[in-house]
Amino acid sequence: MASDRVLRTRPVDAPFALTLRQNNTERLYCVNWQAEKVGLHRGMGFSDARAFCPDLQSRPANLQADQRFQQALVRWSGRYCPWVGLEGADGLVLNIAGSAHLFGGEAAMLSDMRQKLTHAGLAVQLGLADTRGGAWALARFGEGVAPVNETLKQIGALPIASLRLDGQTCIGLQRLGVRSIADLVALPRATVTRRFGPGVLLRLDQALGDQAEEISPLPDPPLYAVRMTLPEPVGLTSDIMAGTERLLTRLCARLKTQEQGVRVLQLTLRRVDQANQQVELRLARAMRDPVRILALFERGVGEVDAGFGIDQMRLEAVQVEKLPVQQISHTGNRGTDGLDDLITRLGNRVGLDNIIRFLPADSHIPERSFIIAPAAYSKPDGFWPVLRPRPLRLFPPEPIGGTGRAPPRRFRWRRMSLTTARTTGPERITPEWWLCDENWQSGLRDYWRVETRQGRRLWLFYTPQNPGWFVQGEFA
Amino acid sequence: MTENGFPNLKSGRSHELTGAAASSFAAIFAGGCSGPVMWISEGWQREELHPSGFAQFCDPQKLLLVKAKGETDLLASFEETLRSGVMSVVIAELNTALGLTAGRRLQLAAKAGRATGLSIIPEGMGSNAAETRWRCNPLYDPDDSTLQQWELIKNKSGTLGIWDVRWNAEARRIIMVSKVGQRSGSAYPPG
Repeated sequence: MASDRVLRTRPVDAPFALTLRQNNTERLYCVNWQAEKVGLHRGMGFSDARAFCPDLQSRPANLQADQRFQQALVRWSGRYCPWVGLEGADGLVLNIAGSAHLFGGEAAMLSDMRQKLTHAGLAVQLGLADTRGGAWALARFGEGVAPVNETLKQIGALPIASLRLDGQTCIGLQRLGVRSIADLVALPRATVTRRFGPGVLLRLDQALGDQAEEISPLPDPPLYAVRMTLPEPVGLTSDIMAGTERLLTRLCARLKTQEQGVRVLQLTLRRVDQANQQVELRLARAMRDPVRILALFERGVGEVDAGFGIDQMRLEAVQVEKLPVQQISHTGNRGTDGLDDLITRLGNRVGLDNIIRFLPADSHIPERSFIIAPAAYSKPDGFWPVLRPRPLRLFPPEPIGGTGRAPPRRFRWRRMSLTTARTTGPERITPEWWLCDENWQSGLRDYWRVETRQGRRLWLFYTPQNPGWFVQGEFA
Repeated sequence: MTENGFPNLKSGRSHELTGAAASSFAAIFAGGCSGPVMWISEGWQREELHPSGFAQFCDPQKLLLVKAKGETDLLASFEETLRSGVMSVVIAELNTALGLTAGRRLQLAAKAGRATGLSIIPEGMGSNAAETRWRCNPLYDPDDSTLQQWELIKNKSGTLGIWDVRWNAEARRIIMVSKVGQRSGSAYPPG
C-alpha cells in the first residue's frame, strides 16, 4: 500500500521500493510488483536489494503519511458498509453482513471494490469469508470468496502462515510436517495445545468460526458543526441572531457532552444568490456557554451584507479545546468572565495577538528582560523586582552628540537642548554572547541615569567599544 | 483629595493628561486602583512601556496592553473597555485631537462602566468633553529625583491648582511638597 501511495503521485514503471531505517540498517519497507518479480521482498537489506537489481528506484518511507492514507481509505470504505476497521498497517477489514445485496451480491461487490481501487492505482488483494480469520487468510494467501459454511474447504490448502501465527510457531509446525491448515485440523487438539500453547488453536477456531472475533470499527471524529436551512430568506440582524442562537444551543450541547470548549467559531451565511458571508469569532478562552457567545457575535453579524436574503446558516467550531466540567462554587474563580469577554470583543477588532501582557524574562538586556505574550493565551505571572532603576518608557536608541566616557554636559535630544544636572552610573551591561543581536553589535554599554536641569530624566548609554552616546529611555 | 487619593480626579469620568510626565501620572494612578488596568496605544509607536520601570508604580500583572491598528480602532477599543466595566482604569495614548462627539462618547462610556479613562494627549490638543486636564512635568530637584509638577489646567467641577509631588518608592505613594519658593534648596526654578 505504501509504495502504491507514493507511485500514485509519481508513477515509475520499473522496480521501486520504499526504504525504512530499522536497527541501524536501511531495509526495504514496501516494494512494487516489478520489484517483487526480480526477487526483492519486504525486510530485505537495501544494499542487498541494489546488488540484485541495480536499477532499483527508492524513496524513504513516510509512516505518518501512510497512516493518514489508510485512514482516508477507511473513510472511503464507508460506502460499502459501516463496520470498517484497520488490519495491520496496510489492510482494512470490513464486516459486510447485510450490505452485500445493495451491490448485487458478494461477487459484484468485490469486483466493484477491485475496479475502483485499481483505478485509484492501488494493488489490491481481496478475500471474503464467514470469519475474519478466514478472510485474512484468503486475502493474503490466494484470493477468493469462501461460500457460506465452506470456509475450511476453501482455506484448507493454504499454508499454516495464513492463520496469523508468529514465525517461530510456523517453523515449529512445519518441522512437524504440518504444512497446511487441513493438516492442522487433522491433528488431535490436545497434542497441539500441549506442544504450542493455546494460541494456535485459538487462531484456527477464529478462522473456522468456532470462536467469535469482533471487528472494532474506528470511531468517527466528532464533528462540531451544525446548520440550519430556512424556508424563507431572512435579512434582519435580529432574525439572524435568533437563528445563530438556535445553532449555538445545539453546538454547545454537543460540546458539553464531549467536555470541549470552542476557541474559534465560524458562522457561514449563505445568501439566496449562493454567495457566502462568513463571520469569524475568536474567543479569548475556551467557552461553551451559548448566551455569552451569542452576545459576542453581535458585532460580526451586524456587519454582514444580507443582499437579497439569507436562507442557510452553518456554524462550525473550527478550533476546540478541552474544557472539563468545573465545580460551581460560591467562593473563588469569579470575575474573569467579564475580562475574557472583553478580550474577545477587542480581539475581534484589533486581533487577539495585539492584546498583550508582560511576562518576566531572565535577561539583563533591557529590551529582553520581559516577554510580550498574547493575553488570551497566557496567565498573569511573575514577580517584578526593582533591583536597578529602570525607565518607565523605553524606545530604540536615539543618538545624541557627545564624546568621552562621562555624560555630556549639554546635549540636544528631540530638538530640545538639555543641560545635565546630576548623573548616576555607570551601570555596565554586556551583550549576551550566546545570542546574536543586531542592536548590540556595538558591544558593551555603560548606562547612565541623567537628570537634566530642564526636568527630564533620561536613560543614556555610552558604548566604549564604538564611542557614541544614545538615549534609550525616560524615567518618570 | 478624593477617594482614590488624587485631587479632583473623579472616577467614572474621562480625563486628559499632557506633558512629559503624563505616563508616570497614569502609572501612579493605576497603581492606586485595585482592579486591572488597560493601556491602549497605536501599534506603530516605537516608544513603549518598560515593565520593570512600570513595576515601581504599579504591578505589571494587573496590566494589559492593546496595540490598536489605527485611530478608529484605538478609540473603539477605548470606548468598549470603558463601557465593559471590567477595568478600573483605562489609559489611551492619543495622537490627534478628539472631536466633541468622540470625547462625549468616551465620557458616557466611562460613566456606564464606572471606570476612569485617562487619555494621554499631545500638548494643546485637549477636548472640550474632558472632565479635567492635567499638565504633568518632571522638575529638577537637587535632593530628590522623583519630583514632578502636576498642574490642573481644566476642571469642569472645581477649581484649578498646581501641586508639586514626590514619589515615595518604599511606601508606594505620592507625597505632596510645598511650593517652589518655600522648599529647601530650591535654587533651580522649574522650566
